[in-house]
Amino acid sequence: MISPQPNPADEPLVELNQVTRTVRLSDDQSLDILRGVDLSIRAGDHLSIVGRSGSGKSTLLNILGLLDLPSAGEMRFAGQPVASMSEKRRAVARGASVGFIFQQFNLLPGRTALENVMTPLLYARGRQFWRREQLAAEMLDRVGLADRMREKPHKLSGGEQQRVAIARALVRSPKLILADEPTGALDVETGQAVMALLDGVALESGAALVTITHDPTVAGLAHRHFRLQDGRLHVGVLAA
Amino acid sequence: MTGFIAALTEAWSELRIHKTRILLALIGVALSVAALTTVVGLGNMAREAMVQGQEQQSGRPATLSVELYPEGGQLEQASVQTALEAVAERYAVAHSSLKLSTNVPFQFPDGVVPTETLVVDAAYGIMRRVDMVQGAWFAEQDQDRLAPAVIVNQAFYQRLGNPDLRTAPTVQIFQDRPVTAAIVGVQRNDWPEAMPRAMILAAHYDRTIAAEALSMPPAMELWVPEDIAEPLTQAISADLRAQFPTASVNVFRSDYAAFGDPFAPTQLVVGGIAGLVLLLGAVGLLNISMVTVRYRVREIGIRRSFGATSGRIFFGVMLESVVATFVAGVAGVMLAIAVVKSPWVQEQVAAGLSELPPFPLEAALIGLGAATAVGALAGLVPALVAVRVKVIDAIRY
Repeated sequence: MISPQPNPADEPLVELNQVTRTVRLSDDQSLDILRGVDLSIRAGDHLSIVGRSGSGKSTLLNILGLLDLPSAGEMRFAGQPVASMSEKRRAVARGASVGFIFQQFNLLPGRTALENVMTPLLYARGRQFWRREQLAAEMLDRVGLADRMREKPHKLSGGEQQRVAIARALVRSPKLILADEPTGALDVETGQAVMALLDGVALESGAALVTITHDPTVAGLAHRHFRLQDGRLHVGVLAA
Repeated sequence: MTGFIAALTEAWSELRIHKTRILLALIGVALSVAALTTVVGLGNMAREAMVQGQEQQSGRPATLSVELYPEGGQLEQASVQTALEAVAERYAVAHSSLKLSTNVPFQFPDGVVPTETLVVDAAYGIMRRVDMVQGAWFAEQDQDRLAPAVIVNQAFYQRLGNPDLRTAPTVQIFQDRPVTAAIVGVQRNDWPEAMPRAMILAAHYDRTIAAEALSMPPAMELWVPEDIAEPLTQAISADLRAQFPTASVNVFRSDYAAFGDPFAPTQLVVGGIAGLVLLLGAVGLLNISMVTVRYRVREIGIRRSFGATSGRIFFGVMLESVVATFVAGVAGVMLAIAVVKSPWVQEQVAAGLSELPPFPLEAALIGLGAATAVGALAGLVPALVAVRVKVIDAIRY
């Protein structure tokens, strides 16, 4: 697969410098989930992060997606220090620049595939909001679901549901796509097809793709590989 | 602007998606609003019925009664009448009527019967909401009739044998110089067993009624704006005392509202009942809204991950509740209108009402306002809960 290499001259999209995330437990003790994490992500990057359950993968993903904040260390998003961003500004930046893909798809029940893909555009402004139906239909067409867009999630297969989730994550043309175990709920063959699609669409759009996975095959699709162990991020190790 | 329209679109979409659940939840609200609006509407109609009854009995607010009694000397009928008419003219009172009660010997088929007769002006019909069942109230041209016009009540008319009004029936006033009066209208009986009663115009009474039948000087009723009733009472009193220094002058408010609105306590009780009904509906809605928000925690988390701000989530949950309850309110108000305007209900609540009031706009507005307020209140708590949802936990919920 031919993939563009990130341009080192580009400004990092996300930059983590000695980031630590600590949570307070019910017995008043604290637990470091992430410790001194350094990471820089640029446009067009494709990273994989592997690690055992409880190693802090999802916490790192939530921090990268502005859903959570570091307890210590510095994080910059599009050049802005995240610590100085208000909750509202982080939500707006998340909506405009980050696309999430979840293991369990997290499609909104009762809505058609088209309505699900239109949902992020409800939080957009201007042209993206007013043309939301057309944009959502185009995105579903791109993921090969043009003929299934009026179906509700329970009528779609697992692979189709994840393709709807991919279309939904990409419909606002994010700069950063965060995929949390995107093939975890799919069989091997469907998982490979979904990853090929995700990889291809991310490549086309020039967005950075961060994939959290247990699957070495999925991780192998990335250009840069990381492993989380005991809250520390190690570079270049594929085995989980 | 886009944000507001987007929030509205989102709220409407949520209502559409969850229509069955929301419909069930809102039936309670719609019924509460219908109950509230019906109670207010029926209360209003019943009040109107009571007010009309009271206005027929004692005049519209504010009615000033002006009476003069001789004290030691004699009061000349004509000079009192002239003075009273001058008072009405001087103070530019738009509706005034002379009022003189006497007994007039009418000739019925079964003999001459002294009948209670009221001498009034044409304005009396409006001032006292005189309820006609046949014919019409005195018109201006009735003053020019050669035969004095007379309006009788149903008991009088029945005793005459119910002659057809289209044949211009007459009745004889039996006295030294008999007078033939023309019956121009029939008034509804004040109560079921009412005695025969008649009314004639003040312009005719001197040629209709023998002077000896008039033992008391005439009085007058003035229908004036409530805010000037008090100073006008003082001014008229002083005016007449100056003209009739030997007479006792009595000017006072004689309408039912002279000592405040007698229906206010009833209105308060009705309002209290309506408020209680609405409160029960609101508690039911709040309960359902809370359950709904807990059920939607994951969805809220997903929306937050797409960039929904906490303000937008709060506004969205509130708006859903307000839009839904407003729609329920409209349905409730329509149901209430159907109930209140139903002929059977009107017959029960406002039997004999001469002017059926339209469905009170105030009741409809109260119903819609209450529905919206209930929506906002019932949406507030779930909206606060929704805002406090931790996105990370919510997504995994």
